[in-house]
Amino acid sequence: MLLRTKLHGKTYEFPDIRILMGKANEEKSGDHLAGVAADTVAERVAARLVLAEVPLKVLRETPAIPYDQDEITRVIQDAVDDNIYNELKDKTVGEFREWILADTTTPDMIRRASNGLTAEMIAGVTKLMSNMDLMYAAKKIPVIAYCNNTIGAPGTLSSRLQPNHPTDSPEGIRAEIYEGLAFGSGDSVIGINPVDDSYGSVARLLDMTYDVIKTWNIPTQNCVLAHVTTQMKCLESGSPVGLVFQSIAGSQKGNDSFGISVGLLDEAYALARKHCFPKGPNFMYFETGQGSALSADAHNGWDQLTLEARNYGFAKRYSPFQVNTVVGFIGPEYLYDARQIQRAGLEDHFMGKLTGIPMGVDACYTNHARADQNAIENLAVMLTAGGCNYFMGLPMGDDSMLSYQSTSYHDTASLRQLFNLRPAAEFEKWLESIGIMKNGALTEKAGDASFFLKR
Amino acid sequence: MDDAKLAAIVEAVVRELKAAGAVKPFASSSDTPPAPVLQTSSPASTVPIKPHTAAFSGGLTIDLPDPVTPELRYRPLVKNPKDASGLNALVASTTARIGVGRAGPRYSTASLLLFQGDHAVTQDALYRDVDQKLLNEFNLFTVETKVTGGKQEYLLRPDLGRLLNDEAKRIINEKCQKNVNIQVVVGDGLSSQAVESNLRQMFPVIKQGVQSANLTFGTPFFIKHARVGVMNDVGELIKPDVVILLIGERPGLGRAESMSAYMGYKPKYGDTDADRDVVCNIFENGGTNPLEAGAFVVQIAQKMRQHQASGVKLKMAK
Repeated sequence: MLLRTKLHGKTYEFPDIRILMGKANEEKSGDHLAGVAADTVAERVAARLVLAEVPLKVLRETPAIPYDQDEITRVIQDAVDDNIYNELKDKTVGEFREWILADTTTPDMIRRASNGLTAEMIAGVTKLMSNMDLMYAAKKIPVIAYCNNTIGAPGTLSSRLQPNHPTDSPEGIRAEIYEGLAFGSGDSVIGINPVDDSYGSVARLLDMTYDVIKTWNIPTQNCVLAHVTTQMKCLESGSPVGLVFQSIAGSQKGNDSFGISVGLLDEAYALARKHCFPKGPNFMYFETGQGSALSADAHNGWDQLTLEARNYGFAKRYSPFQVNTVVGFIGPEYLYDARQIQRAGLEDHFMGKLTGIPMGVDACYTNHARADQNAIENLAVMLTAGGCNYFMGLPMGDDSMLSYQSTSYHDTASLRQLFNLRPAAEFEKWLESIGIMKNGALTEKAGDASFFLKR
Repeated sequence: MDDAKLAAIVEAVVRELKAAGAVKPFASSSDTPPAPVLQTSSPASTVPIKPHTAAFSGGLTIDLPDPVTPELRYRPLVKNPKDASGLNALVASTTARIGVGRAGPRYSTASLLLFQGDHAVTQDALYRDVDQKLLNEFNLFTVETKVTGGKQEYLLRPDLGRLLNDEAKRIINEKCQKNVNIQVVVGDGLSSQAVESNLRQMFPVIKQGVQSANLTFGTPFFIKHARVGVMNDVGELIKPDVVILLIGERPGLGRAESMSAYMGYKPKYGDTDADRDVVCNIFENGGTNPLEAGAFVVQIAQKMRQHQASGVKLKMAK
């Protein structure tokens, strides 16, 4: 294998696909940490020049971790539709980029192509995309999913209501839910990250959220984002579960560190289909994020974008209702500043959509990253332009339990106004019926949590 | 954990320190979580929130109160709420920023600027060094890790922050007593302010606790650009029974003063978090009080010595 180009008179040669894939990325601190980042800006572009000429089949044949060593590789490779793959395999990565963007390529054509792709092929084309390419291409691939309502339909923007509380107080969480509902947040899910992962505490929060949903007849679903094994126990014990959640990684070893496997998630999925209370048929919820495999030393020397693409191939197995990257949560050693977080957010959203999963984004940052709320507002605007399914809704974007900042209840309401988007159709109808929204805009009653104190 | 025993230790130590004029009195020990101030009174009776302004003869005076006081922080800003007292109760049930109202779909000016103020202090805490005067007060000499490129490199290369540089090893070998029972080290970590806010209270409690238990207290020092893993190097060099590392935590929004005490029994190369114990969220008014935390870590250190283990192994031994 010879991977070589000249650029401005200088020759650049890359020893193998793994290094080429790493060096073709936009700059990220995590790729430096992994030792696969380009040494110079010119080398980065040289890597892209070479990558653009690589046929897609080479990327299929070079998974980040060999087939016999990794069950995530097997999940992704085994799911490929060979007829579709054969139509695509001789395109170069550069040609594939242009095919996706072309006026003659329709959303249906891309959605069909999804079933012939592996994560490495998706990662490859992502590296050749500029930020606006990523927005434009993602916008072409709406992915719609159904539970108690419909998420991802063109013209809509949804919001996960994330009412976390530092001690899991049901009263405090309920107050935050009221505030979020009053801003029109909660159509993707009312989803709590618990402090206490024990069965009793998780079951109590499921009961409380289900009670709010039933009392107000809200067309949505609940979720307590405990470890999947705790949620499985809740399902078996008859707790009202809307969506079943788990954080996932792009390699078997990474999933080991999360205490999960394909077998375990297969079991969880079977239980979800049997016991979750909504109509469905999509019941699963996954979170991901660039750098998670590297932080568990489970990346096999590959770059974090490629590992992230593998998450989506894994998630697709379970026909999820929603998947989101938690893009800035991992910290500055993986995504250093606003620019890197924004880039990764756009990449992840596009890769999820190209994989064919209903993708949202937790546009967020921690306090030791070089970012601020303006950076996250910018990212949310870019992602909305790209057709992102949903964002997080936190009280003013400040998570009082996880100590990081994300998007707010206000942000989703503002983005809907900015882009003339609506909540999920069933949810909008409900908001109108209680008088919080009219013709797509918040009414004078909106934004007041005390509205929900009396039914 | 024997609560009564701990309370007794804390009380005794604090009494002694108070007598020596070393500490301010603090609220009685309590394990309740941080809670916002309850605003059960009607909005009319809350503290005046309008700043005093005067504009005579063209002279503008703006003299604002601190917006982070609980009275201002947790005052509902919803215009014409459906249930005003109910809204107060909702706001009081959580530290999350609810009841904040809106300007169109955006934030009110007060809540927007409060958020920015809270974020600002966390940023300043990250990029500032610990005050040398504080280190002098406790005779802490300073050594550094392998980070040479300032805070930026510190944030980007956690691996370098886990290793002492050669100069540090030389100085420690020269200045520190070896084979001690308890070795305390202080690290800046992700918040210098955390060290500055808690060290004056916590350090004397630990020192006194160790000495009154008839254990040897190693020569303490400060590590700049430190990550938790640097404990392993300290353990290898000094060979103490227990290393206690006091280190600034990643700042939360508006909360830069939170410190952790990481502890390990005979730390050595290759030890991980599974080999360590930690007392986290150390700060006054809502967190683990630094005085209590000081007494607590001494007790944990004694347990580690008794069982010759820390971390997961200590849990199994108990």
